[in-house]
Amino acid sequence: MTPIIVNMLGVSLIALIIYWFWLSTPRKITASETMPIEIRVKDGVYTPSYIETKKGDTIRLRFVREDPSPCAEKVIFNSLNKSLELPLNGSAEIELHPEEVGEIDFTCEMQMYRGKLIVK
Amino acid sequence: MASEHRLSIAGMSCAGCVASVEKALQAVNGVESASVNFAEHTAQVRGDVTVQTLIDAVKAAGYDAAELRGLDDEAEKEIAELGYYRALLRKAGVAALVGVPLFVGGMAGLLPDLLTPAGQVFWLLIGLATLGVLIYSGGHFFIGAWKALRLHNANMDTLIALGTGTAWVYSMIVAAFPATVPSLAQHAYFEAAAIIIALINFGSALEMRARGKTSEAIKRLIGLQPKTARVVRDGQEIDLSIDAIGLAETLRVRPGERIAVDGVLIEGHSTVDESMLTGEPLPATKREGDEVVAGTINLSGTFLYQSRRIGKDTVLAQIIEMVRQAQATKPAIGRLADKVAAVFVPTVLIIAVITFLAWFNLGQSLGISYAIVATMTVLIIACPCALGLATPISIMVGVGRAASLGILIRNGEALQQAGRLTTVILDKTGTVTQGKPALTQMVTYENVSEAEVLQLAASLEAVSEHPLAQAVVEAAQARELSLNPVDQFIATAGEGVSGKVLEQQIHVGNLRFMQANRIDCDMSQVDAQALADKAQTLIYVARNEKLAGLIAVADPIKPDSAKAIQRLHAIGMKIVMLTGDNQRSAEAVANQVGIDEVIAEVQPQDKGKKVAELQRQNQIVAMVGDGINDAPALAQADVGFAIGSGTDIAIESADITLMRGSLHGVADAIAISRATVRNIKQNLFGAFIYNSLGIPVAAGILYPVMGLLLNPMIAGAAMALSSVTVVSNANRLRLISLGDKP
Repeated sequence: MTPIIVNMLGVSLIALIIYWFWLSTPRKITASETMPIEIRVKDGVYTPSYIETKKGDTIRLRFVREDPSPCAEKVIFNSLNKSLELPLNGSAEIELHPEEVGEIDFTCEMQMYRGKLIVK
Repeated sequence: MASEHRLSIAGMSCAGCVASVEKALQAVNGVESASVNFAEHTAQVRGDVTVQTLIDAVKAAGYDAAELRGLDDEAEKEIAELGYYRALLRKAGVAALVGVPLFVGGMAGLLPDLLTPAGQVFWLLIGLATLGVLIYSGGHFFIGAWKALRLHNANMDTLIALGTGTAWVYSMIVAAFPATVPSLAQHAYFEAAAIIIALINFGSALEMRARGKTSEAIKRLIGLQPKTARVVRDGQEIDLSIDAIGLAETLRVRPGERIAVDGVLIEGHSTVDESMLTGEPLPATKREGDEVVAGTINLSGTFLYQSRRIGKDTVLAQIIEMVRQAQATKPAIGRLADKVAAVFVPTVLIIAVITFLAWFNLGQSLGISYAIVATMTVLIIACPCALGLATPISIMVGVGRAASLGILIRNGEALQQAGRLTTVILDKTGTVTQGKPALTQMVTYENVSEAEVLQLAASLEAVSEHPLAQAVVEAAQARELSLNPVDQFIATAGEGVSGKVLEQQIHVGNLRFMQANRIDCDMSQVDAQALADKAQTLIYVARNEKLAGLIAVADPIKPDSAKAIQRLHAIGMKIVMLTGDNQRSAEAVANQVGIDEVIAEVQPQDKGKKVAELQRQNQIVAMVGDGINDAPALAQADVGFAIGSGTDIAIESADITLMRGSLHGVADAIAISRATVRNIKQNLFGAFIYNSLGIPVAAGILYPVMGLLLNPMIAGAAMALSSVTVVSNANRLRLISLGDKP
């Protein structure tokens, strides 16, 4: 009986991993042209990390870094060839004007801190 | 969120201007308050608005503005990093204090048996101590993992937290309820959890130290910026912080001091060492009207200059920004690693579950214990950091190394392409040659001395602004010849000039000008032919209707062009010269420096087409030009090199900017690019191999064949060392040899 339960739990866990990390997305924040979105850089994550905007809008993302890890010192928008240096206990702002529908990832150098700008 | 901005305002002359600027700033959407200080020529603005919007508003009102802001405070950053480094070591130390005695005691058989009541109490207490370690030394992993999980993300923290967390929970179950697990699986792994936490913290500290070296190039550039400068205000010289210096201020620089902001020399003269920015070893002479740039060192005289660019607008700040941006970009070679890194951690989690199930189902009596060990080891050994770091860390060091040689690489893509080049196209004027005509040779007749011919010609030419005339005047000045006044000066466009110098009738011009004035030049025919064959332009000088001498002027080849082209040949480049000049002049230059092919008489607008033609022949083409006239060709080329002399180069114009006016920069850039790409490949190979071998071994794939199951602590050490290895390998790029140079 126990082996069946353990195996079923294992398979369910795999399904849960696939669902949680690849098939579902976290709550999105919508960016507008009037106010910058403030993103906290702390404990290995960007909060919020999913941001939605409209094609053609000019939006501003303000990163506030509270994480002393050197991994947190840069945010890279690889597809845009842009990066932002984040001062510890300070903030840095980037202005973006996405002109194509799609997804723009922003990450730390090692891709462990991850965020996504979804352009609709 | 409102923030404060400080601007320097130029062009204000009265209180009315203050009101206009204030009004313009207050009218900007989002501005809460704006006040202008007339005495300091600054504006203080508060509001939810970008600096650029404010600058645009001031400019629209008819004034000029720039942001008043110093460069980042590196010292502050270093203090913060040192604090973090020490915290990591402290955490590692505390974890080791618990883990190492347990490990040693276990190996020596000194620890009590789990199945005795006293042993059970001992292990439960050890469990609590390990929990303390997990909270104090490993708490940041657990918090990071939890926050990432909530955002549907998984990172390195997830793996470490799950690995050590599983070890602790299982060990606590064994310690609290030993009867619930089979007798062979009754083993606690508290020491593994503590030592893994110690090793990973220690590895992060080592990595941080190694990473500090990778950003030395940027630190060196930032270090060039002086913190204060001597400003002349109301006739008084005062030392001011760099942040307080505005536009159009007068500053004094004494010998040995660094220039604080970009500006124009207005009084005095000196020589300035610009090598730290351009890589050019010879100091530049600066006179009134010449530009001086921040970060360079005044060598000899004291002078006054007026600030023209401050804060983020200086050449130094732009270079720093460009290098920073370039260091953060990735070439195509790193994209695969990016794709893998993006799905890496969830994949490892799935592998860990499969490992557990495999051991549980197939491990017989050892099943549960080995399943736990193997699962923990898989989680701990997997290292997404090495994969993620492999490309950016090498780019960072490569781009930094290039910057220290005066080579500014725009992005990772340009860096990768430069390593694949097969053909280098060179513009002639200003690229192979110095781009400025100079006297190269003289021939005299009728027993007239060279100095006399030059003095007569220069006296007359001093009035003219023709580039050839300037070359003659500069040559006379270099020989310290005094120029005499000229009477009855007549200029004939495109031919020459005449006039009276010291009561003698002097004619200076080309052969046609001499013939038109019935001056016999037959005696110079042989000399003239020989000089013309070497692509020299001839200036005839006649005194009292008799030919006195020939002055040969040419655009001299840069002294190191031939050697640099030799280096390019040595690394397999085909060298083509593309120029608007006539075939004969172009070939004369090409022969002297060893160019393989000459394409002459090409209009600037057609240069791009010629580049495209070579690309169609499957060549990967670099175009080296001055960045302004050659812009279309630079854009068409696979890699465009803008070559400048000194700090006047247009930084924005090309993929790679050579601040030093030497073609060695092209060879250096290619060498750095090849070395960096090789370094990235080594790192990527190492990271892929490490993970693709390490994970199956950790899962126990060798167990059926060799009876080998990896110890989770060894996995922790390997994981901690893998990123340190990647960073250390990238650091080697700082020391690579770039090949022969003169």
